[in-house]
Amino acid sequence: MTDRDPSSHLHRLLLAGEFVVTAEMQTSDSADPTHVTELAETLRGRVDAVNCTDNSAAHAHIAPMAAARLLLDQGVEPLMQLVCRDRNRLALQADLLGAAALGVRNVVCMTGDDVSTGDHPETKPIYDIDSVHLIRMARIMRDEGTYLSGRQLTDAPDYLIGAVENPFAPPLEFRPMRLGTKIEAGAEFIQTQICFNLEKMRLFMARCGELGLLDHVWVLAGVFVPNSAAGARYLRDQVPGVDVPDHVIERMEATPREDQKAEGVAIALEIVEAVRQIPGVSGIHLMTINHEEAIPRVVEGAGLLPRPPVSALGGA
Amino acid sequence: MEGTTLDRRPPQTAPPSKGFRRALLLVERVTKEAVWDCRMCGQCILHSTGLSCPMRCPKNLRNGPCGGTLQNGNCEVVPEMKCVWVSAWEGSRRMPLWRDHILHVEPPVDWRLQGTSSWENLVTGRDRHVPSGWTGQRPGDPEPRA
Repeated sequence: MTDRDPSSHLHRLLLAGEFVVTAEMQTSDSADPTHVTELAETLRGRVDAVNCTDNSAAHAHIAPMAAARLLLDQGVEPLMQLVCRDRNRLALQADLLGAAALGVRNVVCMTGDDVSTGDHPETKPIYDIDSVHLIRMARIMRDEGTYLSGRQLTDAPDYLIGAVENPFAPPLEFRPMRLGTKIEAGAEFIQTQICFNLEKMRLFMARCGELGLLDHVWVLAGVFVPNSAAGARYLRDQVPGVDVPDHVIERMEATPREDQKAEGVAIALEIVEAVRQIPGVSGIHLMTINHEEAIPRVVEGAGLLPRPPVSALGGA
Repeated sequence: MEGTTLDRRPPQTAPPSKGFRRALLLVERVTKEAVWDCRMCGQCILHSTGLSCPMRCPKNLRNGPCGGTLQNGNCEVVPEMKCVWVSAWEGSRRMPLWRDHILHVEPPVDWRLQGTSSWENLVTGRDRHVPSGWTGQRPGDPEPRA
């Protein structure tokens, strides 16, 4: 939370105290650039910024830097995710610099899902540095104007630095302190893992408050919009680190199939309402699996429309 | 002692012989592999990680757990193994010394040290080399020796 003159739309909204809305765009497997813009069309004007994932779930997809630039061309603010799984420190710095040159003003640094969960399990994972190192490296490039090696950059990049945290996975007691480590490394905002377990979320935020972390970081709560009982079960059983309580599954299962999409939106809306009441939550980060059209419904249902207008995207 | 000048230069010692260094490496490897399943990264931070070797983490995380830890506390990559960082956190709570070192920002790994003796690197200060641009020092931490 520095007082820099923000070049990111998201940063400006956070500084203004706006309750922000970000969403994860379904990634693309197309070489046709219009595919990305079509995917983003549902989200345009409904959310403040859109996450471009980096080979999500360890499956190869369009490069997040390319997707981010395509979004910028369409007047949508991107958040570029970067994972440590696929690149060493040279490649990560090259991408941070290149993305900044292309107008990307938000980066989200994370470790990444392991290759064993993806469709190329035989590949060589990199993990040269970890997410805390990546955050610090992005910060060094921006604030010190050098590479990690100390070599001078001609012009330093300018972006808001984000990270992720999972308040729902063990070791629960350590998680708030780990957020503290990320803040110390240079993170300015975080997007949390999907929140269904409000009790754990409240405990996490309360502990972060006690540690004095909430004056230094904006927390966007991750909210998932389930589209079916099967989708909710998939999330619980196949996606590591996601805590889906039984009552959510039971509620989806008890709903007739044709009404499950609406029920998913209702569940998400309840979570959004609840996290808005938690002190220190500055916004929401919406995620779905093959259910993008539900995101505008959740934003509208939560009374978060219209979104503040976007001005001067990717500006210096 | 009046009138004498103390010689404060470090003692001139011959560099350890190749045989000695190999013996040291062997002793370290055998003992630490047996006790901690050590991966010989050559820059040991076991005291900061509750004596749970962070290089056993399939993602080689040096600064805490990833978001994929299973609800039962096991690793997402090796589901039958307890998460290295769940062990690290629990271990750090039992440590009489250095228990809060788990909160320190650890610098990136120097992969050139893989397979070398961390004991030798500790003595020579080699394990405290960080990239010149790294500004990972916390206020109050000792200056890196190298």
